[in-house]
Amino acid sequence: MIKQINFGKLFFAFALLLLLAGIVFGLLASYVYINPKFLKDSLGFSALRPLHVSLVVFWIILGATASVISGMQLINPNAFSSKTVALQLALWMIAIIGIVIGYFNQEFGGREYWEFNPIWALPIAISWLLFLYNFLKTALKIKNWPVYIWMWMTGIIFFLFTFIENYLWIFPYFRENFITDMTIQWKVNGSLVGSWNQIIYGTAFFLMDRINGNNKVGYSKLSFAMFFLGLFNLMFNWGHHIYTLPTEYYIRYIGYIVSMTEWIFFIRIVYSWRSTLNDINSNYNYYPYRFIMASDFWVFLNMGQAILMSIPAINIYTHGTHVTVAHAMGTTIGINTMILFAACFTYFSKHSKTYGKSNKRLNIAFWIVQISLLIFWISLNIAGIKKGIWQVTNSTISHHDMMKSLMPWFQTFTYSGVLLMISLAFLCITILYHYVKSIVSQKAN
Amino acid sequence: MKIKPIHIFIVLSLSFLIYSFSIYIHPIYAKPEANINIEKAISGRLVWQKYNCQSCHQFYGLGGYLGTDLTNIYSAKNKGEAVIKAVILTGNDAMPAYHLSENELTDLMEFFKQTNQSGRADYNNFTIYNNGMIERK
Repeated sequence: MIKQINFGKLFFAFALLLLLAGIVFGLLASYVYINPKFLKDSLGFSALRPLHVSLVVFWIILGATASVISGMQLINPNAFSSKTVALQLALWMIAIIGIVIGYFNQEFGGREYWEFNPIWALPIAISWLLFLYNFLKTALKIKNWPVYIWMWMTGIIFFLFTFIENYLWIFPYFRENFITDMTIQWKVNGSLVGSWNQIIYGTAFFLMDRINGNNKVGYSKLSFAMFFLGLFNLMFNWGHHIYTLPTEYYIRYIGYIVSMTEWIFFIRIVYSWRSTLNDINSNYNYYPYRFIMASDFWVFLNMGQAILMSIPAINIYTHGTHVTVAHAMGTTIGINTMILFAACFTYFSKHSKTYGKSNKRLNIAFWIVQISLLIFWISLNIAGIKKGIWQVTNSTISHHDMMKSLMPWFQTFTYSGVLLMISLAFLCITILYHYVKSIVSQKAN
Repeated sequence: MKIKPIHIFIVLSLSFLIYSFSIYIHPIYAKPEANINIEKAISGRLVWQKYNCQSCHQFYGLGGYLGTDLTNIYSAKNKGEAVIKAVILTGNDAMPAYHLSENELTDLMEFFKQTNQSGRADYNNFTIYNNGMIERK
């Protein structure tokens, strides 16, 4: 029975449910900016924020896991043992249920983005070890790896390494010196994002080859160059998070110099823009392609922003402001989520024709996601720049009054967030509905 | 010898490991902070995490953006231990009251003392160099 289950799809379905829940908590958390007393004495922002962040982060990690499982099974139908994948999923479910119940009971204990009690990190780490074992078991049988297998392997290994590093603080030695502790914390946060990006960008390369029906992307020298540049940044660019922290100079300089190599990615995107536009016209009705093209647009915007933020002279105006939030939202929704939707549509149903009556509404939802995310992103950036000017110019205005002056931008981001939530929820529900329908019809046959 | 992806991967990974371990050993040769009860300060960091203060507050601009940066709250004008404790225990407009034990409060204050001694977190005191780098004046 267990062998008949498509675990790639099951992982995707579970991940989509987490995204649905995550965006609801995100909207509730954003409303606190408009009305600070909202749920103050019940859940409060201290629970709403981690509920949103953790669930959305888990959507990305589990979506990335689902992409690798599904991709490897397309390469080799016998890839991944069903029993270990089932155990992997069960461990994730146990951890996530424990984490969510903990948040509702105001039980924290972890660090930013991983606020849950560290005990729940254990099933996640074991599950990830099983994933690594299963992946290597299949991948090592393949000769001459295409770039996406390299990227998946790198992402899986570095996620495990940085996830363990994320818990070094448990040992008092690592908390003795506050600056070192903060340095390691932000080293971890930078590299963890880089590691899941490796898996997700690897998925984008894999999907491009599937769409084109060849191995052009997988074996091109340019793809390998981009992979190694990405890996180099994953390892060494995190210093750009801590320019204002009085840590060693060399850490900040390494972060700065390595971050500037991202100009190469940026120039490449601008250079290939024209051919991309031609391809969009010919593949518009093909959902995976359309979502990948949408992610390209968001890569352009967010990478441009990231490179500017990585220049220390500009960073002091954006650090500790909503520009950082805009960047986080732009990358996780605009890039990660778009590529994961492309993967979902690939593995569930690729073409617009499949969705029959839902097709028109899917089109509308796609465009509402893009437009509302753009408004959301711009309003957060404006709020952030205004706060940045306030903090650099030594203003006599209090923090409370400064936050009040940002209210129109907080309202814009919350209301555009409502549209974003509805449209993303529609995409999730449509995919899940067709998934359930296909299972029911399979059973009936 | 032809350079293969595995060679680049190994070189980069080893460099990353060396870089990581060079950072892990910092506490061994870091200058000890004066007048800090380090045991209490490192417990205070756990109190900070237990109540998830980071969801709203920041150190050096790192954290949540609903509340203020607390790096130098310990020495801030019109603040100090008594005011901080009062705000924590009674709450304010946006912040609920937190019922910390006496020990937790003491540890948290020691932690704030430690963050305060680690440096300044204001942004209006930097020199900007021609290469784009910044340095605190």
